[in-house]
Amino acid sequence: MAHVPFEYGLYLAAALFLIGLVGVLVRRNLIFVLASIEIMLNAAGLAFVVAGSRWGQPDGQVMFFFILSMAAAEVAVGLALALLFRRAFGSLDIDQASRMRG
Amino acid sequence: MTVAFYLAGAVALIATLLVVTRHDTIHALLYLIVSLFAVAVVFYTLGAPFVAALEVIVYAGAIIVLFLFTVMLLNIGHEAEGDERRRLRPVSWLGPGLLAGVLLVGLGVAIAGGATAQTGARVVGPREVGVALYGPYAIGVELASTLLLAALIGARHLGQRRREPDAGSPATAAVVTDGAGDTGPPAALAHDVGDPQPAAADEAPAAPLPAVRFWRRDDR
Repeated sequence: MAHVPFEYGLYLAAALFLIGLVGVLVRRNLIFVLASIEIMLNAAGLAFVVAGSRWGQPDGQVMFFFILSMAAAEVAVGLALALLFRRAFGSLDIDQASRMRG
Repeated sequence: MTVAFYLAGAVALIATLLVVTRHDTIHALLYLIVSLFAVAVVFYTLGAPFVAALEVIVYAGAIIVLFLFTVMLLNIGHEAEGDERRRLRPVSWLGPGLLAGVLLVGLGVAIAGGATAQTGARVVGPREVGVALYGPYAIGVELASTLLLAALIGARHLGQRRREPDAGSPATAAVVTDGAGDTGPPAALAHDVGDPQPAAADEAPAAPLPAVRFWRRDDR
């Protein structure tokens, strides 16, 4: 049971979220973009759990549960789209999505 | 336990940085597993053992394994890795990195301006979380299950291989005869895997015929 200041947990969540944001902005591989989105969702969940721990309430963990199910849904659809993308364009480079017609 | 928080936090930051900077997809995903385990340790030290277990089981165990299976299914070769290496020059990540750094400073100032408090007043165990989940948050659980069902149906719909609607009739006829002539799955597999790679090199989106051939024949 750690007694760390509340802010340090939020700093960690903010840093992880921004690393994920940089990943989304910089990487061009669709798999890396999806993994970076997972990092960002996980960081948001971490902020909820830190807040729940600050007040000693279960609500933060409940919110993490909802974020988890949303991440699972997002990754299932996202990876199915990645398969389709690879099939249609022959690569995972998301810049090629600008050539979509219709 | 306080030391464990800082240690796991440092591991999470380093592993996440490595995820974003790796060229090889498999390496990045393995670092992502390390990062998620470290965040699970952070959850545990903060007095949330239930979500720590969920993080290991669902995130690292299910979601990242789904990623790994997809990477293996897509058979991403080393040509993509060279492409990533070429794209990850400082000129391409410096701008987004600096802007994100500015955002991080802003967030840090906002967090530091609040009242300080200690975490980990008490352990909130699975029992309390379950009572909250099926008490006041019961509608949320129902919505989450509906969302997962929608994702299941959506992923199944997207994963279903079908012919391109705009493919001309000669191409479609060629696909059908191709399917009738195939003797077995190994030949079809080698054909499918081998075909798109050369097309991907220079003029991938322009060539309709390999893309059409890539659909599975519906021979049920």
